[in-house]
Amino acid sequence: MKRPRLSLPAIALLLSACGAVDLNAPIPSFDTGVDPDAWALVPAGEFLSGQHNEPVVIDYDYEIMATDVTVTQYTAFLGQALADGALHVDGGQVVGFYPGDEFHGARHEIEITAAEYIFVPLDDPAARFTFDGTTFAARPGYENHPMTDVSWFGAWGYCRYFGGRLPTELEWEKAARGPEDDRPFPWGYEIARHNANFYSSRDPFEDMGSAGSRSSPVGFYNGRTYDGYATLNSASPYGLYDMAGNVWQWTGDVYEGQHYRYLRGGSKDSYEMDLRIWVRNNATPTYFSPGVGFRCARDP
Amino acid sequence: MPFFKQRLNFLFRSTRGLILVAIAMIAMETAIFGLLSGPMAEFGVRDVVVRLLRMDLVQAEREGRIIILYHSIAMAVVAIETYMVTGLLRMKEFYRRSVRLLVTIGYWMAMIFGMGFAYWGHNWALHGLYIAGLTLVFFAGVLLTIGLWPWGKDYRQPDPAYAHTKNGVDMERVAFFATALTTVISALFGAVPGSYFGNGFETFLAENIIRYPEKTTLEYSVIGHLHIMLALIAIMITLIVGRWLNFKGLLHKIAMPLIILGTIVLNLGVWGVVTPLEPVAHMIIYVGATPAMLGALMLVIFGWDKLIREGVAGIDRPTVLQKLGALVRDPLRFGPLWQMVFMNFTVSGVGIFMAVRLDEIFRMWPAREERIELTGHWHVLSAIIATIILLYYGDMIGLKGRVRRLYGWAIILFSDLAFASITVFEMKRLFVSEAAQQPLVNTVMLLTDLGLAMLLVVLAMVMFWRLADLFRRKGRWAEELGQDDLALEMKG
Repeated sequence: MKRPRLSLPAIALLLSACGAVDLNAPIPSFDTGVDPDAWALVPAGEFLSGQHNEPVVIDYDYEIMATDVTVTQYTAFLGQALADGALHVDGGQVVGFYPGDEFHGARHEIEITAAEYIFVPLDDPAARFTFDGTTFAARPGYENHPMTDVSWFGAWGYCRYFGGRLPTELEWEKAARGPEDDRPFPWGYEIARHNANFYSSRDPFEDMGSAGSRSSPVGFYNGRTYDGYATLNSASPYGLYDMAGNVWQWTGDVYEGQHYRYLRGGSKDSYEMDLRIWVRNNATPTYFSPGVGFRCARDP
Repeated sequence: MPFFKQRLNFLFRSTRGLILVAIAMIAMETAIFGLLSGPMAEFGVRDVVVRLLRMDLVQAEREGRIIILYHSIAMAVVAIETYMVTGLLRMKEFYRRSVRLLVTIGYWMAMIFGMGFAYWGHNWALHGLYIAGLTLVFFAGVLLTIGLWPWGKDYRQPDPAYAHTKNGVDMERVAFFATALTTVISALFGAVPGSYFGNGFETFLAENIIRYPEKTTLEYSVIGHLHIMLALIAIMITLIVGRWLNFKGLLHKIAMPLIILGTIVLNLGVWGVVTPLEPVAHMIIYVGATPAMLGALMLVIFGWDKLIREGVAGIDRPTVLQKLGALVRDPLRFGPLWQMVFMNFTVSGVGIFMAVRLDEIFRMWPAREERIELTGHWHVLSAIIATIILLYYGDMIGLKGRVRRLYGWAIILFSDLAFASITVFEMKRLFVSEAAQQPLVNTVMLLTDLGLAMLLVVLAMVMFWRLADLFRRKGRWAEELGQDDLALEMKG
């Protein structure tokens, strides 16, 4: 009788690996009080860039969104752009036109020609919005969460539609770090669990037994207490929220010899090392995931 | 005082003692610094350890810390292989003693001062002493290479059962020599960019720049260095296992030229990444890796055939089951060869699959996903080498009977459980989406942690036993003090 006793937990453990995840499981809903329509001004000047603090000057003022673009904001865009013909539905995805990149034929480079590309998928069960054939809407509870499952083209298209652009990597970095010092995180030099939404940070949205780490409402880490969960105010020196953790953010640079687009900030699925301001990630521009979002920049 | 003198004599002058000390040093470093990452960080253990030990962990210096950590462990592993080589192969006593002295002082300095510099603030005196330690290990390598010179008359191979040239040059010794020589050159290949990037903490981890289309020569040099050093440590342990198991016969005669050729071509390919040959360097590396791996396959065939034949000796017509039983009867001799085979599933197989489908699959994923595969597969290779060392060490210290079987199988099964789980974790995106991955991640991480934790428990038990043994007047240590020549204990 010893053998079954030993093997039962082992079988149970292995079966647990195949457990289905309820992607639409209820999620706590909180009003953070942070306005996702707010923009922050980043004045021209020098800042310390990268892990090794290289002085860099950005010689112009620019504005950048105080938060990531939310699901509500993006679904409104989708409805509007679909109605005016800027976007259309093609199969299981919303697509839009991109004018293409200069191709250099470098090793591993994939040519991005002028064509229509995916903005968002319509058939991904992890999507935080619904589409009934005519109307887009945020899933309940996700209205003020960052828009995810959006490709680089989808992020680029949103910002452009409203007269803005994706921030360059340097613009993003300066907005996260501020002009004063060499801090590794937008709020300072140390990271605690209540600073940001990262892997195993034990925030109210995390369910490590099933759904894993999930996104949090934009601006959640603003020093408020939500149902007994106290956050630390983790805004950047310019007042930007979620510049570390929650979701990776697409940036706008298109580099010679590569089709990859760069992401910054780390996400709910990252260990804290990837939340450091200088850490870069990249992916093909058609990539989308529940851990990737964006915010826009514009000229003042 | 004789108490300490005798013990220190054992620990620092005998082959087994030196190996024991190096294993203990690695075990302690792994136990302490393993608490700073992975699940230990998630559980909050890291924060406690950092506070208790008053570590100074600056966020911007993480990459530099990790590089010093890898190097300090690698130096101890290199020292262990050096002790084994100098215990297994004939060489002049001057070289044997000098090499051991230099490599021992070197890896101790690298470990102690390197970790002190990396984790407890920037005391540049410690950094200098760390570099001095690495330098001593380098010079030990130079002396070892000279000591292994295979063309001297004293080292001719008179036995026709072993690979040799018409003039009697021992091909196996040539293989050891070629591996030692290319290791020394490849160490320089890392030292040059290291001196540049190590200026302060302006350094990087290779896996973080893998997708950049333009890399500098020094960046290529770092990437080449880390790959070739691990490959050479793996080749050296293959040769060591071959000598331990008394590899000979036809397969030996085929394997040795293959390993020599493979080692040299592999190195030329890696060094080529900083030359105009860079566009074809990978092809040269594949050309070199193939014969080297074929040579290892010959060793596996030889070793398993030998185990089976020894195990069924006296049985007229052994059945398949009897042969299988004979094969796995002694896990300490079966294990190293099995780990070499298992490596193909968890390291080489993954690497080849990635190379073949890089643009179609892996480069469609974010760079951070690709990083998991890259770091995962070389961590597994490093750990496989460590398990092979531990299996050989178990035989070296004379484990017998039930303890031998328990020790051997625990290392094989727990390590392979961990390595297989990590491989599933690395490749998970092939069969599970990001949104639905958590149950799978939980299970494989639990199995990985279980495997590694049990492996460390087994290692800790052996270390405590050896520590307690040192307090006995005529313990195992006293026996081992007089058994310094590993070559006398070749199997068969």
